[in-house]
Order: sequence, then structure tokens, then C-alpha cells
Amino acid sequence: MTALQEETVHATPELLKRHKMTAEEYERLRAILGRDPSWTELGITSALWSEHCSYKSSKIYLREFPTEGPHVVQGPGENAGIVDVGHGWVAAFKMESHNHPSFIEPYQGSMTGVGGILRDIFTMGARPIACMDALRFGEIDAPRMRSLIDGVVRGIGDYGNCVGIPTVGGETGFHRCYNKNILVNAFALGIARHDEIFHARASGSGNPVLYVGSRTGRDGIHGATMASDAFDAESERQRPTVQVGDPFTEKIVLEACLEAMRTGAIVAIQDMGAAGLTSSTFEMAGRGGTGLHLVLDRVPLREVGLTPYEMMLSESQERMVLVAKKGREEELEKVFRRWGLEVADIGRITDTGRAVLEWQGSVVADIPIQPLTEEAPVYRRPVAEPADLARRWEAPEVPQPEDLRGTLEALLATPDFASKSWIWTQYDTTVRTNTVHGPGGDAAVLLLKGTPSALAMTSDVNPVYCRLDPWRGGAQAVAEAARNLACTGAAPVGLTDCLNFGNPENPEVSWQFREAIRGMSEACRALGVPVISGNVSFYNETEGESIYPTPTVGMVGVIPAVAHVPDPFFTTKGDRIVLLGRDRSEFGGSAYLRLLHGIEQGRPPEVVLDAELRLAQLLRGLVARHLLRSAHDLSDGGFLLALAELSLGRGLGATVEVAMEGADLFSETQARALVACAPGAVEQVLRAAEEAGVPAVDVGATGGEELVVRAGGGLLRAPVADLHTVWSTALPRALGL
Amino acid sequence: MKCGVVVFPGSNCDHDAYHVLKHVLEQDVTFLWHQDESLQGCDLVVLPGGFSYGDYLRAGAMAALSPVMAAVKRHAEAGGLVLGICNGFQVLLEAGLLPGAMRRNASLRFQCKDVHLRVERTDLPYTHTLRAGQVLRMPIAHAEGNYEDAPEKLDALEAAGRVVFRYCTPEGEVTPEANPNGAARGIAGICNAGGNVLGLMPHPERCSEPILGNTDGLALFAGVVAAAGAMR
Amino acid sequence: MKARVTVYPRREILDPQGKAIRDALSRVGFAGVDDVRAGKSFEISLGTEDAAEAESTLRQMCEKLLANTVVEDYAVELIRP
Repeated sequence: MTALQEETVHATPELLKRHKMTAEEYERLRAILGRDPSWTELGITSALWSEHCSYKSSKIYLREFPTEGPHVVQGPGENAGIVDVGHGWVAAFKMESHNHPSFIEPYQGSMTGVGGILRDIFTMGARPIACMDALRFGEIDAPRMRSLIDGVVRGIGDYGNCVGIPTVGGETGFHRCYNKNILVNAFALGIARHDEIFHARASGSGNPVLYVGSRTGRDGIHGATMASDAFDAESERQRPTVQVGDPFTEKIVLEACLEAMRTGAIVAIQDMGAAGLTSSTFEMAGRGGTGLHLVLDRVPLREVGLTPYEMMLSESQERMVLVAKKGREEELEKVFRRWGLEVADIGRITDTGRAVLEWQGSVVADIPIQPLTEEAPVYRRPVAEPADLARRWEAPEVPQPEDLRGTLEALLATPDFASKSWIWTQYDTTVRTNTVHGPGGDAAVLLLKGTPSALAMTSDVNPVYCRLDPWRGGAQAVAEAARNLACTGAAPVGLTDCLNFGNPENPEVSWQFREAIRGMSEACRALGVPVISGNVSFYNETEGESIYPTPTVGMVGVIPAVAHVPDPFFTTKGDRIVLLGRDRSEFGGSAYLRLLHGIEQGRPPEVVLDAELRLAQLLRGLVARHLLRSAHDLSDGGFLLALAELSLGRGLGATVEVAMEGADLFSETQARALVACAPGAVEQVLRAAEEAGVPAVDVGATGGEELVVRAGGGLLRAPVADLHTVWSTALPRALGL
Repeated sequence: MKCGVVVFPGSNCDHDAYHVLKHVLEQDVTFLWHQDESLQGCDLVVLPGGFSYGDYLRAGAMAALSPVMAAVKRHAEAGGLVLGICNGFQVLLEAGLLPGAMRRNASLRFQCKDVHLRVERTDLPYTHTLRAGQVLRMPIAHAEGNYEDAPEKLDALEAAGRVVFRYCTPEGEVTPEANPNGAARGIAGICNAGGNVLGLMPHPERCSEPILGNTDGLALFAGVVAAAGAMR
Repeated sequence: MKARVTVYPRREILDPQGKAIRDALSRVGFAGVDDVRAGKSFEISLGTEDAAEAESTLRQMCEKLLANTVVEDYAVELIRP
């Protein structure tokens, strides 16, 4: 039964291709409708069944993730995941990608990436308290790369700073595989009282649907997919309308929404992100099993002449849609108007299960909702292990370093290991006065004001490991994140991710995807960390070449008592330095081989989940007993880089002696950490380690102006000031600043 | 003493100033909405940091035209206490309550880091617990902190002792290297002729609690609370 | 030869500054302002007196540096003495 009054479309292969729909998907749509679709219905469906909105190539593999746990309040399926963090508080967090737009226009791409993830947090009723960004750039000398880096950093800074949310860390990596596909993954964390959470699940037939925020323009709509009568004099430009971020409006919308939520008059709320009005209204209705009646004439427009198709697909930023309790609209409008925002009543929730969209008196779409949102196509893409896997895993020859100091300095001078302070001094890292540890350490630490606790937040992945062995790489990312949190005394409560991969229609890419998820899932189960939200970014490929698999992991943990969190760096001379964990020689995919010898070869280091668990529990116990002054885990660059980083942070030297020698100083064996404690505490630290079954060795002491390492027969001796100069100037120098 | 923290659309550090005054110093604090025409009897009015109106057009330009600013001006003219922090300082400049103007940082980039400040004036309600020449460590977080005015105006400012804080080295030396944004004469904070209106670019509210690793900023708030108490 | 180059956000793109300025004008009593677009103006003195050459050079300057043509439009105006 349809009341459609708009003309229907005759789909040609070319039209379907422009909408990225397959012939089968089109037939499915026709079957759902019982007729041909209208332009608007075609646009809506192509958006909802796009990879980004429907997860059609990834769903079957994502089901493997463990999503339950004692602290989980909201798992995947909403705008952000939510976990209980104690004392009546919950934390909402999520990570999202904005890769392709950032490659086209890095400043606006990263601005709008930050804006989008912040809305996903406050739409759940949580006030965002911190942001992080995982960035993957290409080689600095690659075409456009310096301006891409500059644009992305300025965009992240300008947006986060203006909205007043500190950017407290992240990861910045450089690899040629990203030369034509940079990655910008934005991670945000917010908090709410446990009884002040909101969902995006519409209900209540007759409840009004309200639109709040910026007006709708043609942002994000590609000229080529517009209905023919939408072309105007500008059509010769044919450039997509770039989405521009307005962080001031975002700040206003954020404050107004949090205030409006306290009135109790909001039933459901969702931000308008990808596929704007379409995804937000349809997803809310789909989750609630309701119908929708929208009068598109009432949508606030920034430009005249937008068609219903354009209105439904526009990705104009800083807009929210909410379902209000009937009769209480005025209460909400008052709040929004006080903040200077426009509110428009654009329709009603119904009980038909169908979306009926009206415009200029005609019905332009009449389509059932759940077949689109809950029954989107699901694909099992063929997977194929790479033919050369065994060869990739052959252990590489490991050249011995000739000069330890020179080798260390060479690594510190690479963009990967160089100090990133050029980047994060452009971010406000302390606004809201919650930042105990900001960028530069393993994990950020944020106060939970009014409680003795704190939250810790980190982001990790090693794409080179993931390319060599996606299972191990996925597991390693989870293990390292948990280890980073443990170094602050935090127990993980949940994981979010941004799974950045190439073209899933390439069987090797789908194989990478499946394997990475399996590895992540096993690590999550062993370490007791549920996956509560996430994002998939496929099609990160150019000219047939895909990026390395990059499953970025974001993890949040709770520190029961913030008062004695160890410092990320050496702080006090005379502290004893203890190396925790078992040393082995593992160089597969290591930074030492890659950056100094151009070798990416070998199976990545083993991820021994039992050892990771014991180390994490040990670290948390030591922190809780106030025994640690400093803590830092070992990862890229192994022991020597970790030791150097501990020293460089505050310029305090150290003198150590270790059994490993030569290249083993750079071995990337996992499940290890370096801690520093007062001399009187070292016995307790060693005993605790023994009881925990974690190998532990007192290797030396902090102090002095040099880094001195006796390693078997070798010796490294370097003034910390010299190392600091190399390390702190490398990135600005490489960028030409 | 009653304190008011003004909230402009886009203010961010209003929460932070409120937190220090209410939870650290346990004072009576209220938020003052930009459209209010009354200061509700507040003795101390804080114009907080942030990005009022997105810093669009010029930082502080649109906020300076807010209805509440008329009341703030009257309060200042009557000798009332007004503290402008970062964006708040920019608003005071645009509103003419303090002389001069802010330009973009010389580096043309937003800068967030700790700086050192030399205390130049110690007889103000805000600084009376500090020593002349004392060095404070405080964070800055701004893109437009490059203070400027005509040379003769700067001379007059200096002569009147109205420069309150200057960027310096940890040892207290005012050098170009210690100047994070190119501000004229290393000026980080100034006051009006009456000494009741203070504007500074660094954020004292971000260094007022031990857990955050630095309490050098608390003295400004504690000082004005004590002074207001003594003024009764 | 003097020229004025103006750079504005592209017509169809959001101009957050322009929007905020329009709202502020309304708040301080200037009703009836439909739209404000905030741009930049450059006054450039060139060595040539050849108008065609000047225009061509200025357009290249815009394409290369003065405007980000992904999000901005530019206009070149030669100022006759």
C-alpha cells in the first residue's frame, strides 16, 4: 500500500553505480516496496545500505567480538558504548574515522571528524571530557604530506580547543602505505550520572520529531548523484560540497542538549552524522520499531532549492534530531532558544513502521523502516590468506648495531619515535581541569571529580604487525592498550575501535579483517575487556593498493585512587629501576629492522595473554600499594627506547646493567614494563612480581645527566641533553619548520 | 564574598573558575548569563577563558557587546573586582575596561604549555599575598595572546605600574625566549588604574589543586577572597 | 600595478564566521541583515603594467596560495590608478 506521489525512478546500471548499489540490492528494494522507488527512496536506501551505515561487509565478523561484561551499560548498537565507572558515574566512549574527507581537505576533514565523535558522546547524555586522535600519515616527503599533517593537526586543535574539550593524547605513525590514504581516527570519552543516560530509540506514536542546530545545506552531497532538476549554474564545478565544521555552534548545541535533557521532555535523541537526516531518523525509528512522518518543508535550510533527496542526504554538521514527549515541545524550545539555537518541528513518530515523507503537499517517500535498518544486506566477502604468508613469516636476519648510542639516536630522530610535542602543544590539553597526565605518556589520566577515582584512556595499534600477521597484530593492539592502562594503575572497563582496512572485495583484505577481529576478540576475552562500540572504515585504497590493516584500539580504564598514579617518566634520582617480564629476541615487524634496515619481515612478537594478564594485575597491585614512582611499558623499539623515553620526559638520567645485548636491546617482546620505585620499596616490588609469576630484575638506578646502559659486552653512554635535542627537534625539522 | 562567573556562548573555562572558587576555596559562587543585566550582588566578577562566539571576527569582540557587560562596566567603575582570564582578558580589552588589544601569537599557532610569570605588582587584591619579583609557573592555552598597544600607551602603562605579570624564565628573567607569543614587553597581565580590574592570559584556575601538579595559581583567587573579606 | 584580491568561502559552503557576525549584528540592533559572508582582502602591488599579465599572475597566485580552492572562491580586481 503506498501513497507515493513522486515519480519513480527507472534504474539504469549507471545510476545504480553512482549510488553504489548493486543490482541485487536494487531488486531487494523493489521487493520491499512492491514497486520502483522514488528518487528520494533510492537516495535514502543507498545511504542506509552504504558500507558506512550498514556495516554490510563487516557485520558477520564483528559478531565475534565479546560485548558483555559486568560494567557494560550499553554495548554496540547505539551512538556510543557506555560502561559503569563507579560512584554513580558512567562513561560513554567511541572512536570514529574521517579518513577520506581528511585526505581531500585535511583541515575541515579532521574538524568535522572531531565534531562528529563529540556529538556521538553527548547524544547519549554524557558530557565529553577528553579527546584523543590516532593519526596515520605517509612518508613526510610524499606529495602533499606536510600540508596534510599541518591541516589535520590544526583542524583537531581548532575544533577541540573551541569546544573546550582537552585533547589528551593519541598516536601518530608514519608509513608509506598511507601515502595516498591518511587515517584520522577520533576518539572521545564522556561522563554522565548513571540515571541520566539517553538512547536513540524512538517511541510514542504522536510524539513530535524536533530538529535542532545548524541549517541544512548541500554539505557532503556529490553533484553527480543529484536528481536532474537539482543541477544549477554551478554544475560545471562538480566538486563535492565540503563539510565545514563550526565548533562554536557545536559547543552551543552541546550545552543546550545537556540542559534540555535535564527537563525530562526528551524521549530519544541522535546526532545527524553520516547520511544526516536519513540515518538519524530512520535508525531511531528502526530501533524503536516505530514509524515516521516528516514534513520536509519544515527542515531549516541554508540554501534555497534543496530537493527532498538533498535534504535527506545532506551531511551539514552540528545538527541533532530528537523525539520529544508530546505536549512538552515548548519546554524544550525554550532551552534551545535561550542558547540561540533554531528548533523546528519536522514531524511525528507514528505506529505504522513506515517512513512517510511529505514535501510541497506530495508524498515523496513511503517506505518501511526496519527492512532498511534492521534487515540491511549482509555479505560474507570471500577471504583468502596471502599466498606468501609463510615466506613473510621467515625469521629475518638481524644485523647487530655497531654503535648503541648512534643506533638509539637514529631511532629517536625518526618521525615515529620523535617527540610529538610539536603536535600536542597546539592542543589545549588541560581545559576542564581534569588532566592529571596528558600527552606524552602511555595513557592519559583524567580526574573523576567528586570521587577518589580517575579514568585512564589510551589508543594503540601496530599496522606493520597487522600486515605481517593480522591475528597477532589485533591481539597485540588490545594487549598493549591494556598494558598502557595498567601502567597508570587502571583496570580496563571497555574497548572501542576503528577498524581501518582496504577494499573488502579483495579477499586478502577480508581475510585480514577476519583475522584481526579474531585476534582482538581472543585478547579481549583473556583480559576481560568487552568491546562496547566501534567503527569500520573500508575502502582505504588508491589505485588498487590498500593500506596496511590498521585496527586502532581505544581503551578506557578506571583507577580506583588517583592520588598515587605513577609518573610516565623518571622523577627522582636514586630510584631503583625494575624490568618486569621475560626478555626474548623477537624482531618480526620491528621498528629496529624497518626504520634502520628497511626490513619488514618475520612473524610479529608472540602475544602471551596469560603473561599480559599477570603483568597487568601486578602493575595495578603495585600502584594500589603506592610502590611505584614511574611506570612505562615496552613496545616499539623494545627496552632501549622505553628506557630512553622514561629519561627524556623530565631529563633525568639513569645507569642500568642488563643481560641482553646488541640488537636484543631493541627486541619487541611483549608483556614487559619498566618501573621505578624508591630504594626502600624495591624488595616489595620484586617479591610482588615473584608472587605474581612475573620475571623481575633490578637493573639499576635513576640519576645523573647521562643515560648509561651496560649491555653484555656493549656500552651506551650519552648525555640526556644530547638525546633530548635529537628527539625534540626531529619532527619540526622533518616538517620543515 | 559572593563571586560570579560570567558565561558567554562559547565560554569553556567557566566551569573551571567556578570549581576553584566553590570547591577549593568554598566561596558562594553563581554563574552569570551573558544576557543578565544584573550581577546579582556579586563582589568578584570573573570573565572566564574559552572561545566566546568561537573567537569569530576577533577574540572577545562579540562577547564585549553582551548585555551583562554594561553591569560589569558599572561594577568596575565603582571599584568592584573584575578578573578576566584569557578570553576574559580579551573581552575586557574589547570592552575598553583595559587598554590595548590582542593579536595572533607570533608563531601563528595555538600554544598550550607552562610558562613562568614574574609578579610586578603586589598591592592589588589579587596579588597582595605575593612578593615582588616572585616567579609563578602557570599554563597558557591561546592563539591570540600577543598583547599590543601604541608605544606611548605602553610607556604610560609601565609608568603607572599597571603591568602586573610578565613572561619570564624560571629564574625570573624577562627574555624574548621566555615570551611565548610575542606580547609587547613580555606583558602577560595588566590592571586598570584603580587596580580592581585584572586581566591575564595564563590560567590560574588550572593550577590551583595539588592533584594537578601545580598550585601557583591559587594565590590569585585566595588573595582576592582574603582581600574582599578584609574590605568589609 | 595594484590589485585587490578577495577570497571568500565558496557560496554553498557553511561560513560559521559570517553566520556568527550576522547574529551579532542583529543582537546589537541591526535588524534586516539577511546574510554575512566573511572573507579576506589582499592588496597586491605588482611590478608589471600589463593588465593581462597581471591578471594571469594574480589568478595563479590565488590557485597556488591565496585561496584554498576546495573551499574558497576568489576574485581579482585591478585597481586603475
